[in-house]
Amino acid sequence: MSERKRPRLAVWKFASCDGCQLSLLDCEDELLTLAGVVQIANFPEASSVIKDGPYDLSLVEGSITTAHDAERILKVRRQSKHLVTIGACATAGGIQALRNFADVNDYIAAVYASPQYIETLATSTPISAHVPVDFELHGCPINKVQLIEVISAFLAGRKPAIATHSVCIECKRSGTVCVMVQGTPCLGPVTHAGCGAICPSFRRGCYGCYGPMDTPNTAALAREWRALGATPRDLLRVFRSFNATAEPFTTESEAHGD
Amino acid sequence: MATKTIRVDYLTRIEGEGGLDLQISDGRVTSAQLNIFEPPRFFEAFLRGRGYAETPDLVARICGICPIAYQMSAVHAIENAFGITVDGQLRALRRLIYCGEWIESHALHVIMLHAPDFLGFPDAIQMAREHGDMVRSGLALKKAGNELMRVLGGREIHPVNVKAGGFYRVPSRAELTPVAESLTRAHEFAVSLVRWVATFPFPHFERDYEFVALRHPDEYPFNEGRLVSNRDIDIDIADYETQFEERHIAHSTALHSLVKRRGAYVVGPLARYALNFDRLPTSVQALAREAGLGPVCRNPFQSIVVRALEIVHACEEALRLIAAYEPPTLAALPVGPRAATGFGCTEAPRGICWHRYEFDAEGTIHAARIVPPTSQNQPSIEADLAAVATSVLDQPDEIIRDRCEQTIRNYDPCISCSAHFLKLSLNRT
Repeated sequence: MSERKRPRLAVWKFASCDGCQLSLLDCEDELLTLAGVVQIANFPEASSVIKDGPYDLSLVEGSITTAHDAERILKVRRQSKHLVTIGACATAGGIQALRNFADVNDYIAAVYASPQYIETLATSTPISAHVPVDFELHGCPINKVQLIEVISAFLAGRKPAIATHSVCIECKRSGTVCVMVQGTPCLGPVTHAGCGAICPSFRRGCYGCYGPMDTPNTAALAREWRALGATPRDLLRVFRSFNATAEPFTTESEAHGD
Repeated sequence: MATKTIRVDYLTRIEGEGGLDLQISDGRVTSAQLNIFEPPRFFEAFLRGRGYAETPDLVARICGICPIAYQMSAVHAIENAFGITVDGQLRALRRLIYCGEWIESHALHVIMLHAPDFLGFPDAIQMAREHGDMVRSGLALKKAGNELMRVLGGREIHPVNVKAGGFYRVPSRAELTPVAESLTRAHEFAVSLVRWVATFPFPHFERDYEFVALRHPDEYPFNEGRLVSNRDIDIDIADYETQFEERHIAHSTALHSLVKRRGAYVVGPLARYALNFDRLPTSVQALAREAGLGPVCRNPFQSIVVRALEIVHACEEALRLIAAYEPPTLAALPVGPRAATGFGCTEAPRGICWHRYEFDAEGTIHAARIVPPTSQNQPSIEADLAAVATSVLDQPDEIIRDRCEQTIRNYDPCISCSAHFLKLSLNRT
């Protein structure tokens, strides 16, 4: 397909660990095929050629934590026909949103000797707090098979086939024995599917890195955790991690808070 | 009198956000800065008040490319604090998952990010049009490393299986058999990769670096050893802060690390290789000589050859570990917290990753300090930039800019990790 006809893909980074955009380079079997179908117009981590917009599909990794980035995301949105956030940082503020529950100046002083050099916002916020988002792909990190599905769906002009049920369904499908019934506290019942229920298959409880599912009953799960011996501090910690500012997890963490 | 600024606002083919600023005045480079504007994420601050058990999952998120390095340094620090020694097959499994991370991370850098510099392509995808077999084999190599991560850790990025004391679940021998088959093929390709990258045109450039790496009595280092340099450093990892300091520089959200008495130093493949050549198997030593390297390599552009050699070593080591593997009875040793300070230092693909945690009696973190590899290399990267730019000052700006970007890529910098890190602008006066 000629350069002109291939849809143009852009990948953007805000505050993040790079893991979600690395997922694209981790598509070892699909990468060269994908590069034949789309024009990778802006992906600085992978290529020195950066082409100007507009772009048909922008994948956005990371959260907004600086005034400069709050401006930059507006420009990204203006140049993008479709904008998809990839991962917990872009979708829910990420682990760096723990500052939202603290005083950021204490955080700066804890890490840097010369705080006057540091420019940062008091909060880490998801992309949707700043611009309209066409689709949010959950996960810390995202699942690369789901990433290929989302890209394919947008190229075909259809809705991505991404399930919104809980991790529990993935355990049942893969035949993994429930770890909760064996006495291990697990966030699977309230966590968004997508990872393939990895943790239970390694005999540990889910720790919620895909964020809340649709309409989770976190209070009921918290009672089960207490029955298994979890302390309020354990509950506060587990709901306040990679998706701490996703509303259902924020609320539940506050029920066991400080 | 021309004043000139050469600037790269956003460096490409590196992990994270940085730029470069070069000032030239009277035909001399007066300043070379690697600007790191990656926004800080404050790991050392939010770790306070968190539990030891969740620490490996939290610190993994410092870096999507080398999460195992952060997990390993953290679990060693926790075990050091609580007085636990992980040995036998559990220790072997930790080396094995680290081999996976070295293979995937080095293969990503060698093929996708660094090789295009030497062959004049903007990226690996364009490079694939002329060197399709090498790019496809490189991707297969990366995939073999990722397969190891997946089998042992559950997934390539932010694996879930590492914990203080060992693992949540250990693999059966049968689970490792298909991995061994991929690694055997990967090893064969890694050897041809060394021979291929050794033919690249390398600029004649050497500097007399102070190399810093771990050194172990018997092994090429991953998880353990004393911290040594080619000058006079030979210390326990717990004494890191007596010899090294971090400074906060205006142009960087990464803290610059320096040897207190001397200044800049280098960690990573060149340092590990120079300080541990005698710990490499004779097969890898012979391949290094065939590739034109002696036991020490001071040309940072040739780091691509050393990285490829380390991939060969990681494949051999992984195959050896799998052949000798017997599943241990316990997936993890019992861990009992106590009020104590613990230290961990392991060899991330980019160099030593040093951690210190202070725990209370319940195992809650009171203070944390994490020194990633790239912030340790930043002063040396800037010194290289000044020297490299000086050597090509009579060339057009485009050439200077390209050579400077290459100089940075020589280090495979991971800016996401270092911020607590890079923008090139060049000023000519």
